[in-house]
Amino acid sequence: MRQLRNILKVSINSIMKNRTRSLLTSLGIIIGVCAVIVMVAIGEGSSAQIEKQIADLGANLIVVFPGHSRSGGVSRGAGSYNRFTMDDVEKLKQEATLIQWISPMVRSGGQIIGGGNNWSTEISGVSPEYLSIRDWSVASGEFFTDRDVIANRKVAVLGMTVAEELFPDQDPVGENVRIRNTPFKVIGVLAEKGQSGMGKDQDDIILAPSTTVLYRLKGGRYIDMIYASGISTELLDDAQEEMRVLLREAQRLNPGEDDTFNIRNQAEITEAVSEMSRTMTMLLGAIAGVSLIVGGIGIMNIMLVSVTERTREIGIRLSVGARSSDVLIQFLTEAIVLSLIGGIIGILLAILTCTVINSFTELYTLINPGIVILSFCFAGGVGVFFGYYPARKASALNPIDALRYE
Amino acid sequence: MDSVIETKQLTKTYRVGEVSVEALRGINLSVRMDEFLAIMGSSGSGKSTLMNLLGCLDQATSGDYFLDGINVNSLNGNEYADIRNQKIGFVFQVFNLLPRTSALENVELPLVYDRTGRIKDPRRSAVEALERVGLGDRQHHKPNQLSGGEQQRVAIARALVNRPAIILADEPTGNLDTKTSIDVLSVFQDLNDQGITVILVTHEQEIAVYAKRIVEMRDGTIRRDLPVLKRRNARQDLAKLGAEEK
Repeated sequence: MRQLRNILKVSINSIMKNRTRSLLTSLGIIIGVCAVIVMVAIGEGSSAQIEKQIADLGANLIVVFPGHSRSGGVSRGAGSYNRFTMDDVEKLKQEATLIQWISPMVRSGGQIIGGGNNWSTEISGVSPEYLSIRDWSVASGEFFTDRDVIANRKVAVLGMTVAEELFPDQDPVGENVRIRNTPFKVIGVLAEKGQSGMGKDQDDIILAPSTTVLYRLKGGRYIDMIYASGISTELLDDAQEEMRVLLREAQRLNPGEDDTFNIRNQAEITEAVSEMSRTMTMLLGAIAGVSLIVGGIGIMNIMLVSVTERTREIGIRLSVGARSSDVLIQFLTEAIVLSLIGGIIGILLAILTCTVINSFTELYTLINPGIVILSFCFAGGVGVFFGYYPARKASALNPIDALRYE
Repeated sequence: MDSVIETKQLTKTYRVGEVSVEALRGINLSVRMDEFLAIMGSSGSGKSTLMNLLGCLDQATSGDYFLDGINVNSLNGNEYADIRNQKIGFVFQVFNLLPRTSALENVELPLVYDRTGRIKDPRRSAVEALERVGLGDRQHHKPNQLSGGEQQRVAIARALVNRPAIILADEPTGNLDTKTSIDVLSVFQDLNDQGITVILVTHEQEIAVYAKRIVEMRDGTIRRDLPVLKRRNARQDLAKLGAEEK
């Protein structure tokens, strides 16, 4: 025990007496550990951010959009089967038991004039339930009602961005806007929702009754998408399946015929995106891990040089009675201590880097304590692994040759 | 039997490829406690090989070597290291101190590897050893802050600190000027007077005459083994040198 303490002391002394060399040796490990932690932190941070943004889409969201049609084996691309009607939505609303809210989505766009300004944006025709589906709220004024929808009323609710562009200095509620020359009365402004996961400004939008948009702006009978909300997260897949069956009925598809629509729920989207970002994180971590191994090779290199450079010292130690195991332990300890010191500095540097990234860039980092511990242990392992060979070499020296070494 | 060293037909053969070189051909040597022995010989005479064997740095090809009553040739590597640690103190021509390490830490070095626990307070033992060689006031100097003679004194203190049965000095004055050489020899003589066995390897007759007995080697054998008739006293010679300078 006393022996081990002494040898530990010898190793620490030797490291402290060669501070520059020790620091340079550890540099590889410092950078490696720091890179692993920061890379994984960036990966996990962005995946957390994306997951949060997907959750912002609304709880238990199910989206149905048109599939593609095939005529004689030729695919005509997504959206070529634009066949949802208000009747389909109505059928779902009447018959689906696992759906809490449902709303059609009719998309249009164009130039908006109001408050002396003009702005080009997207106009979404929806039902009042859309607000609940998207977990959205109204900041001022109010949202339109089912009666507005039934009556095709020309009322609109502005997204925050649109409101600020058109009416920078006043409350738009009660004002009129002209959407493609059709006058609409502004009855409310939506709460701010921010950017979506894909970087789209979700506040750059105007919501209006679905019927109004469909019949007065767009013309025609087909709606673009259906938004719905399942009654619970657990039953989301069942709700999706129920919708699928009902929609197949509505579309009069024969058994065995492909769906003419695509249906996705939020869990699937989250899963897909999480999967992608997990892969990304692992990739980043793996690349950084390579630098940790390179750092280990650096340690081995310096330790090997050090064995040669310190041959005489080893000879002296052997001549005063050090066993070869003492020398082995000393050099191994030096390698491990260097790696662990490198690991600690790397961790501190990583925390610092993440703090800087969080405060000065748009990236968001999330330090994973597991990865910190893992990379620290890995640094120690690198020390043992790459320190063993030089240590072995040092301990195998013959005292006479070692003493005579010039 | 008061021999601290006893060798019987000790041989050492080096094999370099196909060629084998007989460095030692049957050495019978007995060294009593309190002796001050000088081993002399030109290079290639085998004196360094003998020194390495006596110092347990190398193992003999055949023959027996008893050190302090222990048959050393039957020991394994770790026991060899422990013998070096507990029974032998080395002093080298090139001092062999650890660089960037204080005199005190250098002297303490053998105690780091002492597994017996017989020395209770290593730090104090090291200080005492340094005081014994007259460097009590140089404890925290690094080797590069010390003169050659002082460095060799530190090396002697290091050889002393583990209370060895013998001190082996391999050309300890080889790198020192005449006055410093005599100075270092006076340290050896003092230690010998205090009862420590000293074996000195040298090729210079004028150094050997400070010992009590000279063993002369040639071609791997002991050619002559004689007591020193006109032994010189290093202290007196130092005083004389001092007087001449004035």
